Amino acid sequence: MSTLEIRDLHVAVGDKEILRGVNLTINSGETHAIMGPNGSGKSTLAYAIAGHPKYTVTSGSVLLDGEDMLAMSVDERARAGLFLAMQYPVEVPGVSVSNFLRSAVTAVRGEAPKLREFAKDLKNGMDALSIDSAFAQRNTNEGFSGGEKKRHEILQLELLKPKIAVLDETDSGLDVDALRVVSEGINRFRASGDTGVLLITHYTRILRYVQPDFVHVFAGGRVVEEGGPELADKLEDEGYESYVKASA
Amino acid sequence: MGLETMPVSKLHAESSYDVADFAVPTGREEEWRFTPLSRLKGLHDGTAAPTGNVVIDVDAAPEVTVETVGRDDARIGASYVPSDRVSAQAYASFEKATVITVPREAVASRPTVVNLRGLGVGHGAAFGHIVVRVEPMAQAVLVLDHTGGAVYADNVEFVVGEGATLKVVSLQDWADGAVHVSHHHAQLGKDATFRSFVVTLGGDLVRLSPSVSYTAPGGDADLTGLYFVDAGQHLEHRLWVDHGVPNCRSNVTYKGALQGDGAHAVWIGDVIIRAEAEGTDTYELNRNLLLTDGARADSVPNLEILTGEVAGAGHASASGRLDDEHIFYLQARGIPYDEARRLVVHGYFAQLLEKIEVEEIRERVLSAVEAELAR
Repeated sequence: MSTLEIRDLHVAVGDKEILRGVNLTINSGETHAIMGPNGSGKSTLAYAIAGHPKYTVTSGSVLLDGEDMLAMSVDERARAGLFLAMQYPVEVPGVSVSNFLRSAVTAVRGEAPKLREFAKDLKNGMDALSIDSAFAQRNTNEGFSGGEKKRHEILQLELLKPKIAVLDETDSGLDVDALRVVSEGINRFRASGDTGVLLITHYTRILRYVQPDFVHVFAGGRVVEEGGPELADKLEDEGYESYVKASA
Repeated sequence: MGLETMPVSKLHAESSYDVADFAVPTGREEEWRFTPLSRLKGLHDGTAAPTGNVVIDVDAAPEVTVETVGRDDARIGASYVPSDRVSAQAYASFEKATVITVPREAVASRPTVVNLRGLGVGHGAAFGHIVVRVEPMAQAVLVLDHTGGAVYADNVEFVVGEGATLKVVSLQDWADGAVHVSHHHAQLGKDATFRSFVVTLGGDLVRLSPSVSYTAPGGDADLTGLYFVDAGQHLEHRLWVDHGVPNCRSNVTYKGALQGDGAHAVWIGDVIIRAEAEGTDTYELNRNLLLTDGARADSVPNLEILTGEVAGAGHASASGRLDDEHIFYLQARGIPYDEARRLVVHGYFAQLLEKIEVEEIRERVLSAVEAELAR
C-alpha cells in the first residue's frame, strides 16, 4: 500500500507562479484523472513532482509513503517509486533503447537483471505494446513517431513497476489503435492493485479505456472541482469554459 | 573571425623542405594563433635540443615489409613537402625514417601496429618520419600508437596507390606533459580509399595536422577524429583537404568532449575545391561537448569552392553543453546523474567508435573515455 500526498503545492517557473496550492492524495489501487484546459498547469504539476530543474517549488510538500520527495534528486525520486510518462519523451542520441532500459531497470531494482530474464521481459513487453523488436537497437526515441514514443513510455512503465505513475497527456497525438494499445498497457500496470495512477489529460477520450476512480478539474493552477467518473462526462458535454472564467 | 574571409588557398600556399624558409612563428600568424607557443618546448624556434627519444617498433602483418632507412632514401618526402616551421624542423632533424610497404595486390591479414613510445619529457626533443606505401590494389590496416612522455615532432606520409585501400588508426595516448606536433599527409591515387581515425587523449599539447591530396579521380577519403580534453590540455586538429582533381570524395567528422579548467580544443577544417575538381563531394563536421565550465573549444570550418560543378559541399560546426533534457529524462528513470552523463557522452561518441574496425583499439578507446569520465 502506497500513498502520494501533495499538500498546498506552489510552483513557479522563473518569476511566474504556475501552481497555486494543489492538494491531492493518490493511494495504490486508485486511478485519478486530472483534466483541465491548456495552460492550467497540469504538466507543471507532473514535472514538479518528478523534479525537473526548470520548475521551482516555492512552498508545499510532496510525500511518497511519508518520504519527502522534494528533498530528493530526480533519480532518487524515480528509485523511490515515482514514474513520469512524458508528454514529449526526449530523444537521446547514441543510447540504444535496450541499453537505456537495462540501465534504468538496474538503477530502480538496485541490481542488474539477469541478461536472459531481461531480454525475455523486454521482448514480452514490446510484443504486448506492438513495438517492433528492432526498436531495441534503435537510439532512444530518436526518429520515433509520436505513437512510438508513447508506447515506449508505457513499456518503461511496465518494466520499472513504480508505486505511483504520473502519465502526462499520454493520449495526446495518438490514433485510435495506438490509444487502445497504450490504454491496455496502463490497465495491465494497474491490474495488480498495488500501484496508483495519476492520469493527466485534456480529453475524455482515454477515460473510456482507462476508467478513473476520481476526476479532478484543474484550472488556474489548482484543483477547482472533484468528483467521480461522472464528472468527466459533464466536462465532455460542457467543456472547461465555466472553470476558466471562474478561476480568471 | 578573420579566418573566414581569408581564402583557404592562401593559407596553404607555403611549403618547403628547408626550415629557414619559414619564419619563427610569433603566435599572430593565422596557422599559429590558437597554439600556445610557450608550451612547444622550442620545437617552433630551433631551441629544442634533439636529445629526446621516441622508440619505434613495428609489429607488421606478414604481407607487409618494414625498413629503417637513412635520410637519403628517395621515398622520403616524395608525397609531402613540409608546410609549416615545425614540420620543416622535423623533416630537417630526423635521423632514421621508417618505411612500411604493402606490396601490389597484397591484402594484409591483420593490422600492422607501429608503437611509438616516448622515453620521457625531460630529455629534449625527438624527431621522426614515417612513410607508408600501399601499392596498387593492396589493402592494409595500420595503427600508430603513441604512448609515454616525449617532445616529438614528426611527419607521416601515406601514399595510397591506384585502387588501394588504407585504414589508419592514430592513437595519441601520451603521458601527461608530452608535446606532439605532427603532420599526416595522405596522397590518394586513382580510385584509392583512405580511412583515417584519429583519437587524441593524452599529452600537454598535441597539434596534429591531417591532410589529403588526390593525384587522380575516384579518390575517397574519410577522416574521423575523437578527442577528450582534460583540464590544462591543448589538443588541436588541423584538417586540410585539397581537391585538385575531378570526382573525388572527402568526409571529415571530428567530435570532442572537454572538461576542466583550461581544457582547450582547436579544430580547423580547411577544404578547397579547385577549378579543375569538378564532381567533388565533400562534407566536414566538428562538434564539441563542453562538460564543465572553464573549457574552451575553437572550431573553424573553412571551405573554398573555385568551381561551379560540385556534387556536394558543406560543413557544420557546433559546440554545446550536455543537454539538461537528456540528463533529466535518464534521471527520471532512476539512473543516477553520473551514470546518465556517462551514457549521454557514450552516445555522443557511439557512432564514431563504431567506425574503428580494430577491436582491441575500439575497446581501448572506449575504456579510455570511461576513465576520462570517471575523473
